[in-house]
Amino acid sequence: MNQPGIGTFGDLARRVVPGVTTVFLVFLAHLHLPFPYYTEIAPALPLMGVYYWVVFRPDLMPRILVFAIGLFQDALIGAPFGLTAMIYLLTHAFVLSQRRFLVGKPFWIFWSGFAIVAPVAGALTWIIASALRGAVLPSDVVLASIGLTIVVFPVVAWFLLRSQRWLVGATEPS
Amino acid sequence: MVKRNASMSVAGLAVPVRIWGQRFAFLVLLTFAFALMLLSKAETGALQNARIFIVDGVAPILSVMSRPVEAGQEVSRSVRNFFVVHAENERLRQENERLIRWMQAARQLEVENATLRAQLEYVPEMAPRAVTARVIADTGGGFFHSLLINAGARHFVQRGQAVVSHAGVVGRIAEVGDRSARVLLMTDLNSRIPAIVESTGDRVIVTGNNSRWPAVTYLATNSPVSVGDRVVTSGDGGVFPPGLPIGTISEASETRIVLQPVVDLARLSEARILDYGVEGILPPPEKVPAVDKAATATGTAK
Repeated sequence: MNQPGIGTFGDLARRVVPGVTTVFLVFLAHLHLPFPYYTEIAPALPLMGVYYWVVFRPDLMPRILVFAIGLFQDALIGAPFGLTAMIYLLTHAFVLSQRRFLVGKPFWIFWSGFAIVAPVAGALTWIIASALRGAVLPSDVVLASIGLTIVVFPVVAWFLLRSQRWLVGATEPS
Repeated sequence: MVKRNASMSVAGLAVPVRIWGQRFAFLVLLTFAFALMLLSKAETGALQNARIFIVDGVAPILSVMSRPVEAGQEVSRSVRNFFVVHAENERLRQENERLIRWMQAARQLEVENATLRAQLEYVPEMAPRAVTARVIADTGGGFFHSLLINAGARHFVQRGQAVVSHAGVVGRIAEVGDRSARVLLMTDLNSRIPAIVESTGDRVIVTGNNSRWPAVTYLATNSPVSVGDRVVTSGDGGVFPPGLPIGTISEASETRIVLQPVVDLARLSEARILDYGVEGILPPPEKVPAVDKAATATGTAK
């Protein structure tokens, strides 16, 4: 798909889609939903945004944006600044390095890639958060959250794919 | 020929330089994140202010986004009520009878209390002033147990104030923005609430442990507490009024005693922030009507 020239408002709007959708996922992830146990095991929606956009449009999800989204999420959840930012930075670096194995492949491979990223990101967050808080935090809810994150991924990926086709256009066949 | 070679070598150099540049940027950001994390751990004022500023900025967005959730909750409740209306009616009728009996008992006790207080020249406690606010975000997942509410400094919310629901204790205010505040839940690792086990009168501390069931700590080893005992606030420390329900003991073994909070934190949609006892919490007298106004505004309109 061809990209329109830089400078028009429409073009700018298209370029911010990855950032905006991922920030939207940050908000969505922290809505107060009235389901028992939901808060603790809520899926890591923004991680899906980061993963998706780094695979399909790394040019529109640069590492500085990933870092800023992480800092924003840290502010929102009351975590020490830098915790989520660091996790997203590492995710960005890893996914970017493995991108060639994921682009243009069937969906299950793309999903499997996420099934590797999500547990590593979750475990790392758990380790760093435990270290920062000086206590071993409950791990069962983290495991449940990782499971839910992997299961929910196709739904979120579908919405992101819609937004990508509709607004951004793909640089690579997806 | 020479020219061509030169341009090729420049092009050949550009790629590794770019790669090194990117690696350098990655390492700089990673180091920055790490440094921020350590600084945040030290609870520096600037970072805390930055967080409050960001949360305050997006509070209206969170407030709007939480509306459909509440509406959905309301609809599901209505549908459920529709199907159980008969049974519910019967239950309410019985409860009403029971409550009428309680009301009579309470009236008798009220009169008796008033008489006794008059005889003792008792100085009455000041009733805490309350602000009601909506829960606009549930933050932290398994790592940090906190909530964001849509009331802040402009509604006289202050750091350290107690947060309760109609059922009992929720937590306390940890950070205050102008129009939003963060509630540290009683289940968070940093939460400590002075309490009393109602049946035995033992003074304990309800200690958050980031699970759904906070621990009861500092209990005398030979204390005869058992599962089902109610734990209420003791009022020590001056943050919570005495006698507010915290939970009931759900597990009591030699190694650990935990309680089931009375408040269902997952379903909490509104919370009350109490001005109680802590010095400087009460607004100056001339501003008192504004608090009441804020209370109704946040409770209904916002």
